[in-house]
Amino acid sequence: MHSPANTPVYERVRRNPKFHELVRQRSRLALILSAIVLVGYYAFMMVVAFAPGLLQTPLSDESSLSVGFPIGAAIIILSWLLTGVYSHFANGRFQDLTDEITRETLQ
Amino acid sequence: MTARRILPAATAATLFATLAAMPALAAGDVGQLEKQPVNLSAIGMFIAFVVMTLGITYWAASRTRSTSDFYTAGGGITGFQNGLAIAGDYMSAATLLGLSSLVFAKGYDGFVYTISFFVGWPIILFLLAERLRNLGHFTFADIASYRLDQGKIRTFAAIGSLTVVCFYLIVQMVGAGQLIKLLFGLDYNVAVIVVGVLMVVYVTFGGMIATTWVQIIKAVLLLGGGILLAFLALSRFGFSLEAIAKSAIASHKDGVKIMGPGTLLADPVSAVSLSLGLLFGTAALPHIMMRFFTVPNAREARKSVFYASGFIGFFFLIVCVLGMAAITIVGTDPQFFEGGKVGGKLIGGGNMPVMHLAKALGGDLFLGFLSAVAFATILAVVSGLALAGASAIAHDLYARVIRKGEATEREEMRVSKIASLVLGVLAVVLGIAFEKQNVAFLVGLTFGVAASVNFPVLILSMYWKGLTTRGALAGGIAGLISAVTLVVLSNAVWVVVLNNPAPIFPYEQPALFSMTLAFIVTIIVSKLDGSASARAERAAFEDQFVRSQTGIGAAAAARH
Repeated sequence: MHSPANTPVYERVRRNPKFHELVRQRSRLALILSAIVLVGYYAFMMVVAFAPGLLQTPLSDESSLSVGFPIGAAIIILSWLLTGVYSHFANGRFQDLTDEITRETLQ
Repeated sequence: MTARRILPAATAATLFATLAAMPALAAGDVGQLEKQPVNLSAIGMFIAFVVMTLGITYWAASRTRSTSDFYTAGGGITGFQNGLAIAGDYMSAATLLGLSSLVFAKGYDGFVYTISFFVGWPIILFLLAERLRNLGHFTFADIASYRLDQGKIRTFAAIGSLTVVCFYLIVQMVGAGQLIKLLFGLDYNVAVIVVGVLMVVYVTFGGMIATTWVQIIKAVLLLGGGILLAFLALSRFGFSLEAIAKSAIASHKDGVKIMGPGTLLADPVSAVSLSLGLLFGTAALPHIMMRFFTVPNAREARKSVFYASGFIGFFFLIVCVLGMAAITIVGTDPQFFEGGKVGGKLIGGGNMPVMHLAKALGGDLFLGFLSAVAFATILAVVSGLALAGASAIAHDLYARVIRKGEATEREEMRVSKIASLVLGVLAVVLGIAFEKQNVAFLVGLTFGVAASVNFPVLILSMYWKGLTTRGALAGGIAGLISAVTLVVLSNAVWVVVLNNPAPIFPYEQPALFSMTLAFIVTIIVSKLDGSASARAERAAFEDQFVRSQTGIGAAAAARH
């Protein structure tokens, strides 16, 4: 916690090309997934604010449920599935890469 | 279009009352209620819960030896358990009662609200969980002060945490008192004291281990109760959502309009401000952040968010089904309305539809069960809050700032236990003092302060090299002052408490404005900061970045 600037251990990590690969790939994944969730959610909120009638359209002619319900449920379920996607990659490939970097740094 | 976008005063008032119902507990809406007859089955089931959790506390006490055990359960909670505990923190009595009553009253608008409440979770995982876990040990202040001035930033972050904890504690205590008066037929003061005493016992003796297990048990009970209730409700409609919707349209005074967005979130500024407050305010609630340190490693931390999001999302969907089913089952049954007048005032107030639904579908026994779960829910949330507050006092203020890291483990443990006792007493005293107050404004403050004071410094310290101590302090103070001022000028204080005719600040959640201001001030002041310490702080970012990405050094740090 009281880490002096540029500790040798961290310097070694920075010289490891795998570290830069890890940061680049994992950050890209996190950004893409965040963008999907946020763009989807705010697009939905804009429809709620400016074109609420669209969400009130019935699912079919004789249906009472509106299209808004499956769309809303899909936002919740897809967001959750994306946390699964992130965990899958972060706990698999990226964690292996992190473990490798740690091993190479501390040996 | 313009007319839709400007909230009429009446709608704003409803929205505000609903917000009060949300993360807190409807204290404002439940209001001063008549005490109900003593409900023995509810009390019996609550006692069973208390006996079980006290047993766990006894077991946990023997395992709580070090400060690390106390604050973070020694990092011994698995991802799945932690996922349930996080979900428990999120699935408060407010989400069960508040979200279902919103759907009951407003139909689709309630569903939109539910979605807004949920989407923060994936973002927390993608952008925060990893780095939180790799940088922090016990508290959010650990991360904020990682490369900045230990004395100043840690003190500031600890005070930010304590402010949020105290506001939220008051809201929960008042909610507990009102709810218990209504559901159990117990005296308000008795309810508040029972919550305070149990909270102190769980926290001082069992620390994070007991607090986590109380939360897990509660989460399981709440999920189980919700599923059972949804099953019973669906069975009334031949397990067809279509039939529920059809019947709800026929029963609701707004008819088919409940199937689409109405006026509740018609104003985009209001909607965005609210969602920012919920999104980033939640991310920066100290008792939620602490949960990331209770698992052994980053792998488990990620898993716990995955499980938590699954439980929360599932529960939210169930709650919406309950709200829709209640429109028909509760909304057309005279026994649930005052004076038997269908469409009039619901007995017990606007937050009661799901409770009435339980009575309609499962009789007094099920109502008792759900009441006991609601009480257990409040208990679990206040315990988490008290623990977060105690860690800010003992770990940040006492051990790090006052004793500058020289305090022994024993001394720090003693201070943390005294701190939780003091917080317990404070919570009871404030809970009783605020009985007759409308505490809805405290909800706005809790989330506003968390999003405007704690969140900017947290995210910038992890993501922006240029952050300096001066910038963080200036931005934090700007966020605090603007959040408090805007809440005071909003309907919740300006009209409801101070009796002015119209609010000066038209929105109920200040986050869009106060959080933006906090970010701008932090960035400008940091950029202008040319001091030697600022240069050192910027230089230290590189190492912090490596650790935040890899966790190298984190394991050793957690052992102090």
